[in-house]
Amino acid sequence: MSDLVTNPYRTSLRSAADWGLVAIALPALAALALPLGVQNGAVLGWFGGSMAPLFLIGVVLAVVAGASAPKRVWGAWAELAGVALAWLLPLHLLNEGLDLSAGWGLWLFLVAATLLLWRVMGVLAGMPGWTRSVVVPGLFGLGLLVGWEVLVRGFQVPAILLPPPSRIAAALAANAPVLWDDFRQTVLTSVLRGYVMGCGAGFMVAILADRVPFLARGLLPLGNLASAIPVVGIAPIMVMWFGFDWQSKAAVIVVMTFFPMLINTLAGLGNSERIQLDLMRSYAAGYGRTLVKLRLPNALPFLFNGLKINSTLALIGAIVAEFFGTPVVGMGFRISTEVARMNLDIVWATIAVAALTGSGFYGALAVLERVTTAWHPSMRQR
Amino acid sequence: MTFPNPLDVREATASRQGSDRAASSAKSSVVVEARKLSLVYPTADKPVTALSEVDLTIARGDFVSLIGPSGCGKTTLLRVIADLERPTSGHIVIEGMTPEQARLKRLYGYVFQAPALYPWRTVERNVMLPLEIMGIARAERQARAREQLERVGLSGFERKFPWQLSGGMQQRVSIARALALQPDLLLMDEPFGALDEITRDHLNLHLTQLWRATGKTCVFVTHSIAEAVFLSTRIVVMSPRPGRILDVIDCDSLPRERKLEIRESPEFAAIAHRVREGLKEGHSYDD
Ligand SMILES: Nc1ncnc2c1ncn2[C@@H]1O[C@H](COP(=O)(O)OP(=O)(O)O)[C@@H](O)[C@H]1O
Ligand SMILES: [Mg+2]
Repeated sequence: MSDLVTNPYRTSLRSAADWGLVAIALPALAALALPLGVQNGAVLGWFGGSMAPLFLIGVVLAVVAGASAPKRVWGAWAELAGVALAWLLPLHLLNEGLDLSAGWGLWLFLVAATLLLWRVMGVLAGMPGWTRSVVVPGLFGLGLLVGWEVLVRGFQVPAILLPPPSRIAAALAANAPVLWDDFRQTVLTSVLRGYVMGCGAGFMVAILADRVPFLARGLLPLGNLASAIPVVGIAPIMVMWFGFDWQSKAAVIVVMTFFPMLINTLAGLGNSERIQLDLMRSYAAGYGRTLVKLRLPNALPFLFNGLKINSTLALIGAIVAEFFGTPVVGMGFRISTEVARMNLDIVWATIAVAALTGSGFYGALAVLERVTTAWHPSMRQR
Repeated sequence: MTFPNPLDVREATASRQGSDRAASSAKSSVVVEARKLSLVYPTADKPVTALSEVDLTIARGDFVSLIGPSGCGKTTLLRVIADLERPTSGHIVIEGMTPEQARLKRLYGYVFQAPALYPWRTVERNVMLPLEIMGIARAERQARAREQLERVGLSGFERKFPWQLSGGMQQRVSIARALALQPDLLLMDEPFGALDEITRDHLNLHLTQLWRATGKTCVFVTHSIAEAVFLSTRIVVMSPRPGRILDVIDCDSLPRERKLEIRESPEFAAIAHRVREGLKEGHSYDD
């Protein structure tokens, strides 16, 4: 019964009542009447001698295969192949030298293809395991990249405003040694050291403040104050205090990460239930035993929350701080100097490195959290 | 569920000593002695008198139930015995010591109203927790945990996590955890309060067999009359506002070995009637 309601692939071609597909087919059909683009000054239609009909046939075959597949997942994969083929068409046409900016038939066709992707994702997101947790977000990201590439190149957006991803990738490859040196300076030196010091200090002071209540009372309002300080305010001061090298970046990171860690650790330490604490007391367990065997395990979800927030803050802090003085290497330094030289490909490549680093850092922490707090109710079902 | 034979050599010896009091003259026969015990909780609006002039003596090997409507101070009394709460006035002595000394010597095992298992520990490691804190060697810890889990009928669940177990099983784990300490005194606060009647009957039978086999002194909080009569050698009837003892009923007319059938006996009915009358008396103060 539920299958009848939720399965968009339940219909075969024989019972043509899949209204979702019909709604997608209508704009696709309308698109066929509109031009694909302009080649050598002449408007080119769908059947004007390009390879477009071959792509079209491929997509139609994929959709037909999807609609008549016995299982809806198989249908989804077949439709996904159709979507991929549809989005490859503009890339092919661009390589043929077409100007797509007036190719409304193509754009309308791509809208239909995107709607089809939406449908596919809806099905895949309902699948358990890897499909849902890895394939769906991966497809989503890939879709965004392809869309970016096609739109930027199709409408000839100037690279100075927004280069296509392929160009950023090329810049990444061409400047790999420089980018690696920047990465080593900013991430492996400044960020890691500052992060460990900031989070470590926040954690330890929290343990202390938990034992000495007036410390917590005094520090928590300061935490609000500190979180309101802008990085651009403290970064120049830290550069004056600690010099151009990694020490000043680490200092900025410590200032930014200390309080989030402190506050999360304190909240985590207060997370044990009275009955759990009473149990420890009934065993005549002292402060240290209670801390290690009960309160810290209970605090783990909070600790990870702090660590995850701080992973992003640390990266931002280091990059921004490098704007205010650095040895001639580092991601922040690279961005500030290459922007001034209008070398935007490198800027974008650096941004890509920063984004990948940030998500990798966060992702590693999230995996670690899952492993160590698999017992927590918020982790159990997933 | 299976009923393992709860007899075990070490504890069986203890129980023989317990019943043969002349032989163990070193230990007094009184385990808990409370005199004019009062406790007032200082709350924000007005102080709550949870216990008022409570006198209570618990003898070795007794199974004492505290019964009364909720809010009459049953939990508070148990917590005072366990040194989880300090009385405002009066005296209390546990095995000739203050409650704090008794707690620091780990003389009692406490079973809370909720299982209070640590979700990051497996069933077995939950039972091993008190033993870790006592500093017992790993091999012995594991042996004792297995033994107690077997005793409560949970062999084979050692590697499960608490949330993978039913409520009744979780509560049995928490009983195994209290037993792992091998305490002479077992304090239980409505351990089966949240369970359905069938599971509850089952666990009651289990508990009374365990008590007979080990000779432990038990203090058991409940608000079920049937449960109290079925398990106890003595029943303490309490009433609220302020929490005090109305009646202490001896259950000598029932055999020490309790089977489910005794619930149909006239002696059982007579004691249950007396408990019910006692509880009624307490309530007349309200109206
Ligand atoms: N920590 C506390 N602070 C203030 N009042 C409490 C506290 N614990 C219990 N009380 C009050 O003391 C009285 C007795 O409580 P309790 O011993 O839990 O009763 P019972 O276990 O018989 O239901 C109740 O009125 C309750 O509201
Ligand atoms: Mg209670």
